[in-house]
Amino acid sequence: MITIKNVNKWYGKLQVLKDINVTVDKSEVVVIIGSSGSGKSTLLRCVNFLERPQKGRIHIDGKQIDPKGKNIHLIRQEVGMVFQHFNLFPHMTVLSNVIEGLTQVKKVSRAEAEEEGMALLEKVGLSDKATTYPAVISGGQKQRVAIARALAMHPKIMLFDEPTSALDPELVGGVLQVMKDLARDGMTMMVVTHEMGFAKEVADRVIYMDEGAIVEEGTPEEIFDNPKNERTQEFLGQIL
Amino acid sequence: MPWDLSLILEYFPRFYSFALLTLQLTVMGILVGLILGLIFALLRISKFQGFSLPAKAYIWFVRGTPLLLQLWLIYYGLADIINIPRGPAAILALGIHNGAYIAEIFRGAILSIDRGQREAALSLGMTSWQAMKRIILPQAFKRSIPPLGNQFIIALKDTSLASTIGATELMMRTRQIGSSNFIMFELLMVAAIYYLIMTSILTFAVGKLEARLSISDHRV
Repeated sequence: MITIKNVNKWYGKLQVLKDINVTVDKSEVVVIIGSSGSGKSTLLRCVNFLERPQKGRIHIDGKQIDPKGKNIHLIRQEVGMVFQHFNLFPHMTVLSNVIEGLTQVKKVSRAEAEEEGMALLEKVGLSDKATTYPAVISGGQKQRVAIARALAMHPKIMLFDEPTSALDPELVGGVLQVMKDLARDGMTMMVVTHEMGFAKEVADRVIYMDEGAIVEEGTPEEIFDNPKNERTQEFLGQIL
Repeated sequence: MPWDLSLILEYFPRFYSFALLTLQLTVMGILVGLILGLIFALLRISKFQGFSLPAKAYIWFVRGTPLLLQLWLIYYGLADIINIPRGPAAILALGIHNGAYIAEIFRGAILSIDRGQREAALSLGMTSWQAMKRIILPQAFKRSIPPLGNQFIIALKDTSLASTIGATELMMRTRQIGSSNFIMFELLMVAAIYYLIMTSILTFAVGKLEARLSISDHRV
């Protein structure tokens, strides 16, 4: 579903991604862990080209992304993204946020989009907030709206960039639950997170990154219970 | 007292139609300015120098020269090539002048919108233009309103310079009637009252608009 091949990226002289190779199969949940500055968010953002790697190739569902080409917005329609800071559109109601992609990108009629939008809000438990503005709901609710907004496009892949890092501890559970449901329904997911509980429970594969490179990769059991690399052991020792 | 204040009352109703002319000139000048401002703000932030350089040059010229010069340039200066009537020349000059300042207002507002907004729009599959039109500009416009209100008030007062090319508006009429009847102070007071009324209404209207557009910011 996703093939990342020899991806390298520099900010000026600083190399932030070093020869990254990852494949993600359909319905697979891959969790990327690592300390801040390890390049994990940058890697995730490369998948839908919010960041452009200087070297390497990325294929989504068999199609190679041409970084200079005009087809990026078409491929992005198939890749949903959830951000650490939600990035809801503050000038639109919750429901309008969810259906914005449907009406503007997929050109679905407003009535049809609203029906679907309400169903999605129902799914994330927020149908009663449809007509409110993002400013008045909690962070956890915002993130669930953001997930609904991404799902409205019927993406084949969902990218989560530290979706719970900006949330108060008591709001994390609701967001993780929505993500677990998604994983169970067979969504292909790449998740950057510090929630090790989530990684253990939901991930098919865990990738540990450090200093822009993949250090170790394996099943949650392999990584958490039996890490082979010294750096992985050290990192897990610090956070667990 | 050297002044006859009853003249203020006497002339006040007569000046109403002159004030309307000033208002008309202001509204037209602002409209042209808003359109030019939006276009040049977008050109100015473009990464393509073929767009951004002309926009920079335009803003540089307008902000670096007096409005009076720009007004005369269009009316007298272009007279050899094209003869623009006084009224349209005044509107054009005011529009071009305000356009540069409004472009900078819009540019600042656009750049102040969080990067994540554009990223979220792009991640939904929007094109750059869709993200600008649907997500960035509505928010940027809202943020522009306070400085725009300020600019509108400046624009209203600046219309008085149009009298120098003989366009009929409040100051022009004040001077004409004042000098032919040998009353200056009282008539300038009449004009001042009209300017104050118009700028006050403008301030009030901008405040109302600001309040209305901030509905989505209210925390209940």
